[in-house]
Amino acid sequence: MKKQIGLFFIVQRSLRQHALSTLITTLSIALGTGLVIAVIAIRAQSVSAFTGGPIGFDAVLGARGSPLQLVLNAVFHLETSPGNIPWTMYQAVKNDPRVELAIPYALGDNYYGYRIVGTTTTLFTEFEYRKGVRFRTQGDGRLFDPDRQEAVLGSYAAQKLGLTVGDKFNPYHGLVFDESMRHDEQYIVVGVLEATNSPSDRVIWIPIEGIYRLDGHVLRGSGEEYVAQPGQEIPDAHKEVSAVMLKFRNPQIGFMMDATINKQGKVATLAWPIGAVMAGLFDKIGWINQILALVSYLVVLVAAGSILASIYNSINERRREFAILRSLGARRKTVFAVIVLEAASIAALGVLIGFIVYGAIFTSASAIVRAQTGIVLELLKFHPVFVVAPVCVILLGVVAGIVPALKAYQTDVATNLTPIS
Amino acid sequence: MSLLTVTNLEKTYVSPEGSLSRIINVPHFEIDTGKQIALRGSSGTGKTTFLNLIAGILQADSGHIVVAGEEITALSESERDRLRAHYIGYIFQTFNLLAGYTALENVMLGMMFGTGMDTNFAQHLLERVGLGDRMQYRPSQLSVGQQQRVAVARAIANRPRLVLADEPTGNLDYHHANEAVTLIREICHENSAALLIVSHDSEVLGRFEEAKDFTQVNCV
Repeated sequence: MKKQIGLFFIVQRSLRQHALSTLITTLSIALGTGLVIAVIAIRAQSVSAFTGGPIGFDAVLGARGSPLQLVLNAVFHLETSPGNIPWTMYQAVKNDPRVELAIPYALGDNYYGYRIVGTTTTLFTEFEYRKGVRFRTQGDGRLFDPDRQEAVLGSYAAQKLGLTVGDKFNPYHGLVFDESMRHDEQYIVVGVLEATNSPSDRVIWIPIEGIYRLDGHVLRGSGEEYVAQPGQEIPDAHKEVSAVMLKFRNPQIGFMMDATINKQGKVATLAWPIGAVMAGLFDKIGWINQILALVSYLVVLVAAGSILASIYNSINERRREFAILRSLGARRKTVFAVIVLEAASIAALGVLIGFIVYGAIFTSASAIVRAQTGIVLELLKFHPVFVVAPVCVILLGVVAGIVPALKAYQTDVATNLTPIS
Repeated sequence: MSLLTVTNLEKTYVSPEGSLSRIINVPHFEIDTGKQIALRGSSGTGKTTFLNLIAGILQADSGHIVVAGEEITALSESERDRLRAHYIGYIFQTFNLLAGYTALENVMLGMMFGTGMDTNFAQHLLERVGLGDRMQYRPSQLSVGQQQRVAVARAIANRPRLVLADEPTGNLDYHHANEAVTLIREICHENSAALLIVSHDSEVLGRFEEAKDFTQVNCV
């Protein structure tokens, strides 16, 4: 133990003596480590959130087209809608005994960029976005009345838009905010949902009937154009939905409906299973992550090289220091250990600061992901990279220290201490 | 009782021209426990090599060196390092203090490989050599004389049985040289350490009861 304290005593002073190069190499290690941890952890959490997060549905039924577009549009509230399907199709799947839950979405409007989704109250009364957990309104808020111009806001949307219960707003036509596309109808906020850390937090929910009745909206559910008239009931035949969110009674239903709708049918698309559809997306863009990972590995390698170079270059000027240590009784292996420990210490310091770098990168990335998708990434959610990366980087530091340590090991005491008299 | 015994010690160097040059040939030399001996010799006569051989820094070609009952010439390099760390203190002409360390840390470094670090003893030694108010100073912040005193404190820090001093006054003026020799002698005496000092300074040598010409010891 005494020996170890002695080694740290020497290493600490050596690092202090070469403070500038220590700082620079430490920061380069920190940058590399932070990047590696951030790239891997953010990817893992993103994949997990997008493929198996708090979605709650098994499948999405929508217009014929890309399942990925359907999922991105209906589940993650990104992308444009691939089109609409008739209300009757929604009713058909809703009445299918194999389907546990079918919830219609009608999209096409926004409020300052936040999507307005028309739906039924079933979304709040029967749907569980996580097992046993339903949407709940905060405080004294309540669900909208399907027959009124009322809205319930996701927590993130409410926070960003500054809307609370009692506030009124006018929807804007389209999924992208355009000031000139303001609807005349005014909606009142009657509830704000508790945070779910899911894409739903970015949504403004209104009754589906409201979407149909917004000024300028034309319904084509029957194949003919129909404009809803105030005070008149809209025939089901004219209604249409952007997507139907489905929950099956058991997983086998998905296989059967997939065969019926996707393989045999030609009018609609069933995006199922949602996780697999999103996993396909991550597979397609996996190369981006590989490039990011490669860049971060290279940064770590360069940083490890900088440890090697800075210590190696200092060995010549430190030969006298090693000779003095040897003259005081230090063994060759002690000098060797000092250099290796020095390199490992720089790496370890870099790893510690690397976690701060990781925190900064993660926080920034997380804010972007949340703003774009509503999904919340957790900074402190454990991932094996938190252990593996530090261990590997410190081992890399040890390896980087071996070459200069061998050079120090070979230092001849008498030659470097005093001239022969 | 003999603390250091040297018999038939030989050391040869290969000169830059490639020829062999015998620099050490000491048939017999010894120091008793607690004794203080000075060796006089001009530059290039092998004084430093002799001290380095005794300290185990260099390996002899032949002969025997016994320090505190241990035959250093029969030991491996790491065993010689251990012996040096425990039994020998070394004062250099150029002091050989580490620039990045404070005076206190330099003294503690002298203990590290032997008795282990003892901050209180290191502080006591620095106070003893008159540097109680300079403990946190780096060598560059100390005068030459003060640096020499730190080197003296460091040499005694591992409570050695034998202190080797190689031209310890070579970089000091007359006044400081006298002070340094007095200090080295006193501190060795207080700590029951034998002292072997080599110098070409006759003023220094004149203060030792036992002073020899190195040419009488080294028969090359």
